[in-house]
Amino acid sequence: MSPTETASRHTISILVDNEPGILARVVGLFSGRGYNIESLTVAKTNEKENLSRITIVTAGTPMVIEQIKAQLDRLVPVHRVRDLTLGGEHVERELALVKVKGTGEKRVEALRLADVFRAKVIDAKSDSFVFEVTGASDKVDTFIGLMEGLGLIDVGRTGIVATTRGSEAI
Amino acid sequence: MKPEESATTGADLLVKALIDEEVEVVFGYPGGAVLPIYDSLFKQNRLRHILVRHEQAAVHAAEGYARSTGRVGVVLVTSGPGATNAVTGLTDALMDSIPIVCLTGQVPTHLIGNDAFQEADTTGITRPCTKHNYLVKAVGDLARTVHEAFYVARSGRPGPVVIDLPKDVLMNKHEYEAPKKPVQHKSYRPQVKPDPKKIEEAIDLIQAAKRPVFYTGGGVINSGPKASKLLTQFVHLTGFPITNTLMGLGAFPASDKQFLGMLGMHGTYEANLAMYHCDVLIDIGARFDDRITGKLSEFSPKSKKIHVDIDPSSINKNVRVDLPIVGDAAHVLEEMIRVWKARQPRLDQKAHKAWWAEIEKWRGRNCLAYKQDKETIKPQFALERLYHHIKDHDHYITTEVGQHQMWAAQFLKFEQPNHWMTSGGLGTMGYGFPAAMGVQIAHPDALVIDVAGEASIMMNIQELSTVAQYRLPVKIFILNNQYMGMVRQWQELLHGGRYSESYMESLPDFVKLAEAFGAVGLRTGNPSELDGVIQEMIKIKKPVIVDVLVDKAENCFPMIPSGAAHYDMLLGPNDRAEKPISEEGMVLV
Repeated sequence: MSPTETASRHTISILVDNEPGILARVVGLFSGRGYNIESLTVAKTNEKENLSRITIVTAGTPMVIEQIKAQLDRLVPVHRVRDLTLGGEHVERELALVKVKGTGEKRVEALRLADVFRAKVIDAKSDSFVFEVTGASDKVDTFIGLMEGLGLIDVGRTGIVATTRGSEAI
Repeated sequence: MKPEESATTGADLLVKALIDEEVEVVFGYPGGAVLPIYDSLFKQNRLRHILVRHEQAAVHAAEGYARSTGRVGVVLVTSGPGATNAVTGLTDALMDSIPIVCLTGQVPTHLIGNDAFQEADTTGITRPCTKHNYLVKAVGDLARTVHEAFYVARSGRPGPVVIDLPKDVLMNKHEYEAPKKPVQHKSYRPQVKPDPKKIEEAIDLIQAAKRPVFYTGGGVINSGPKASKLLTQFVHLTGFPITNTLMGLGAFPASDKQFLGMLGMHGTYEANLAMYHCDVLIDIGARFDDRITGKLSEFSPKSKKIHVDIDPSSINKNVRVDLPIVGDAAHVLEEMIRVWKARQPRLDQKAHKAWWAEIEKWRGRNCLAYKQDKETIKPQFALERLYHHIKDHDHYITTEVGQHQMWAAQFLKFEQPNHWMTSGGLGTMGYGFPAAMGVQIAHPDALVIDVAGEASIMMNIQELSTVAQYRLPVKIFILNNQYMGMVRQWQELLHGGRYSESYMESLPDFVKLAEAFGAVGLRTGNPSELDGVIQEMIKIKKPVIVDVLVDKAENCFPMIPSGAAHYDMLLGPNDRAEKPISEEGMVLV
């Protein structure tokens, strides 16, 4: 690794066979080789061919990122590895469920901010809300940050899913 | 035929699949979970089973078999401890890219996860130490999985593959599925043919070079004997110098004057300096391991680097290269030779002459020199005499790990591929003896010698029982200095000579030990007796342990201390005072 190279964030999309142990292979590769996982999502995406898509956000120097992709590609059940960050324009989204507890002024303020962020109320009790917020990670971060002062109880986040812009498949 | 008539048990299917994959020998050890397989083996005579005394040895034996034949080595072990004992061997095979299929027993599917007797999460444990692994959950998947496993193990960059077989799967019945040819895997398709444009670019660089060097490794050996022939041809066509990694020895004839010897930590002065000063470095099938590069920031700083590798993840991992070529060594070399011959390039003869003159000057340092006296046998002398006596026999060499291994690499000459088996990447003490058994099984009439240290040999000494059972005339040539020599050498150089736990107390009497197992034991500590002992060893058609008592204080030179650059080599014991080892280097292994 050359010291002049700086680390940057990359979103990597991996198409894999939906078989037992595949997630362990991918995650084990990251931990075993000392790479970093900032976010990871996985779900079956192709019923017919029984494929899953794993989206990983990682950070590293260009040499490390190249190495990560080569190592992933070497796993036998991996069909395709795409670096969305290098591969032109792409869109990223994340979903969070945010639970806020409070009454009176704070409760009203939370609801108003949720409206600004286009967060949906998916559960309401007399002293709590569960909001569903979707967007780029920094939007989700900001919303959660605002809720901290308004009785934030719990957060669940999906991690990033992403795809390329335009008509091409990933 | 009704389906139930053609259906056979999983164990029988497995044996049939192994036979279809042209397996001749299985190295293994039985146990509860694999009893159905052992029953199937009992009822046939196509597959030969070699009963080892420890599962680690089964894998090393299969590695020796694989590396000396170019075929896939097959291992059969039981669940739990059988599988965990195999882990070191699997990791060794992964690091050195040796094709192995390891069949492990497993508790029946309904007990998996219940902490059943002799249960271990074998696929979990072996995931990071195999190229791939499988848990077969239904007998209907068994035959197809075995065929796929063989394909994965031997293709691309070879490696070990584990198939975990629950006992109920082995006893259930299903119809057999023959291997499909050619194999088309849905996601795994290694690239073997290089990009033709890159070959042209490589030849551009090669023909313009003024100070070139070939640096080739185990990838050439793994590509098959044809790759070694092509390499030799191409190196002769160019007239360039060549150096080999530890794993690459034998791909180019050691006696050839273009050969600079091994490079790296204990490589020759001329090879390492050629790497440092070259302007074009042609890497074929070597992976810039830390034992090769030394200090990365000063590794071959003036060169354009061409890297040919079948594994894209080996490229730009440690060293940034200028021209990566993904492909199989034989295919790439064939293309390079074709383009070279078509172009008939005119080389800068003057520059090449000057380059060779410089190399000859470095060679003139005679970096492997040692002083033999009349009293004690120097380990280097023992190996030189060994080579003198075996060179006209069809011989194979394996080693354990340590000083003796490096001396063997330096002092024995490897003229052809697949005749040198050593644990390079993992550095597994205890590798050499079982590996030699595997080689001997594959080549019953050859002279197979495990060059060993007295410490390493103790790590799989139980296999004396195996060689006795199968009458394998393996020779164990121990360079006995009563120390873990390499550990002692590092303690001397890095830790003020505090020899913490590196002295071998209470060694066995190796002669009596050999006799206890029905082998022959020979011993000498006298330089004048050495030739006679070696000749006797060769003559005896039984397993032999030769206990050569060598100089206890001898160190292995040249040495690039960890963290140092190629030009910072220690050439002998007197070199050390001026070159203290950096703190940065102390941290390195």
